Amino acid sequence: MLKVTNLTCVRGGLPVLSGVSFAVAAGHALILRGPNGIGKTTLLRTLAGLQPAEAGQIDYPEDEGAYASHADGIKAALTVTENLTFWADVYGKPVPDDILQRFDLADLAGRMGGTLSAGQKRRLGLARLGVIGRKVLFLDEPTVSLDGFSVKLFADWLQNTHLASGGVAVIATHIDLGMDAPELDLTPFKVAAGQGGGTDEAFL
Amino acid sequence: MIALLLRDLRLAVRAGGGFGLGLAFFLIVVVLVPFGVGPETAVLSRIAPGILWVASLLAALLSLDRIFALDFEDGALALIATSPLPLEGAALVKALAHWITTGLPLTLVAPALGFLLSLAPEAYAYLLLSLLIGTPALSMIGTFGAALTVGLRRGGLLLSLLVLPLYVPTLIFGAEAVRRGADGLDPTGALMLMGGITAGCFAVLPFATAAVLRINLR
Amino acid sequence: MSLWEYANPKRFMGWTRPLLPWTFALAVLCLVVGLVWGFFFTPDDFRQGSTVKIIYLHVPSALMAINAWIMMLVASVIWVVRRHHVSALAARAAAPVGVVFTLIALITGGIWGQPMWGTYWAWDPRLTSFLILFLFYLGYIALWEAIEDPDTAADLTAVLCMVGSVFAILSRYAVLFWNQGLHQGASLSLDKEENVADVFWFPLLVCIAGFVLLFIALVLMRTRTEIRARRIRALEARARRA
Repeated sequence: MLKVTNLTCVRGGLPVLSGVSFAVAAGHALILRGPNGIGKTTLLRTLAGLQPAEAGQIDYPEDEGAYASHADGIKAALTVTENLTFWADVYGKPVPDDILQRFDLADLAGRMGGTLSAGQKRRLGLARLGVIGRKVLFLDEPTVSLDGFSVKLFADWLQNTHLASGGVAVIATHIDLGMDAPELDLTPFKVAAGQGGGTDEAFL
Repeated sequence: MIALLLRDLRLAVRAGGGFGLGLAFFLIVVVLVPFGVGPETAVLSRIAPGILWVASLLAALLSLDRIFALDFEDGALALIATSPLPLEGAALVKALAHWITTGLPLTLVAPALGFLLSLAPEAYAYLLLSLLIGTPALSMIGTFGAALTVGLRRGGLLLSLLVLPLYVPTLIFGAEAVRRGADGLDPTGALMLMGGITAGCFAVLPFATAAVLRINLR
Repeated sequence: MSLWEYANPKRFMGWTRPLLPWTFALAVLCLVVGLVWGFFFTPDDFRQGSTVKIIYLHVPSALMAINAWIMMLVASVIWVVRRHHVSALAARAAAPVGVVFTLIALITGGIWGQPMWGTYWAWDPRLTSFLILFLFYLGYIALWEAIEDPDTAADLTAVLCMVGSVFAILSRYAVLFWNQGLHQGASLSLDKEENVADVFWFPLLVCIAGFVLLFIALVLMRTRTEIRARRIRALEARARRA
């Protein structure tokens, strides 16, 4: 469902990863590994179409990608339900009835986004993924500031709802989600310092 | 798009300040003018169209940097950019929301403040009409400026420097329409030209704004 | 080989290096000849007296103030369409030169206006348009300075330049609508009967040529500086990663 061929992504005008190729079939997840600064966020943003790729191809069904990072765009002055309803309306999808339970937000439904703790906000940000109904998810550190229980909730939703219904997820994370998913180490794709490329190459 | 508009309006109302601050600023500028130029009614009446237009322009400027800054910081803008909502549409909606929260209230209170400056009675209709036609252009131009400076830490001042020259044509036609109305001349020419600018802004600037946002999100 | 090859930064540095001193020399020559001829070897105007001689600074700088913006617009469009770095950097390099020409035009205009109209400044359409142009230049330069990433800055300033150009033209017509003005019509045009007399016209042409050459020389020099700065930046970025 998701196929990446020979992708080169750039950060600040310099290539950081090159020759990245992988494929993820429907119903499967891929976990990106690699030390800090290797370019996981850059790769995910490129996959989601926020950044142009310098070379290579990214194929997934049009209008099926969604991106999520630790900045989840939760509005402090909207309630939990309003935050979710907004995204549901933008994507033209109904809010699933059980979504608040799935992310343990039912008790917080009427609370203002601004009064939530960091972990609660994060859960709300992840619940957004359940609302927008996109098949191909690009998740950048989805479990930041989540406790063990919440990580399990998220992994459960990912495995049993998203992937089970034929979705795909590419996840950058440092922790073990407790899922049976292949891992891709990005270290071999790292662009060496002396290697060419980059938007300012013409100046060298 | 309606969802985004409703969300922005709701946020403006709940966060407070959105409506009130611009209006209060408008009032204060207009009240300060007589202290500066003296209380003579004839003088005030002559400069009233210009003062009202300049003051509403500055009041509209005040809230521009918040159009995209908050959504940019908390990541909502990146999420909107990857959503099915076209970024051009989002830019248009943002401008519209800004107009509803600043331009429209300014237009509605302007006649009351015109009274304070003893604006000629014939000019009230044209004041209302010119602001109604002109302030949407101010919001759209301002949205473009806000998109240009969204990634910058101290973008506020730069934003004014970028946007104010772009406001010149709208200001000229707007104030001219009111002035002609006050002098008993026919202001339709100025109003039509201003309408043309507003229409042109809404036709072109959403695309420029979206392009600029994409560059800034990279 | 396509013409665009010359826009490669390295090639650009190569072919501009021998060109630069000649352009400068020619600019200085034209300016000296034009100004000396204009100031000392032309008769006084029968109405304006010797004040007319400021025309040799005023008209060329006003002309270049507008042409510099047009050059920036063309360079910005080229950058957006073809993404030649030199194009974006040339636009950046031209802006401060353009702003100085605008300022010279405004100041010499004021000095000329005082004896002619009895005032240094009037809200005349032409004067006002130049003041607005000055503000556009300031905004453009400020945006370049404010953004750290050079490619982002190039993209954003290019969009600003294009949108700004439309609004500059709009402002020009709005200002005409707003005030009919004191300023005389254009001093130079090809299709008009009543032009500046030949005695003033030839030294003026030499001065204009001098200003054009000076502009080209300054922009080339500044573009070369910008290219070097980008090269340093590019090398530093790679050194940091190594």
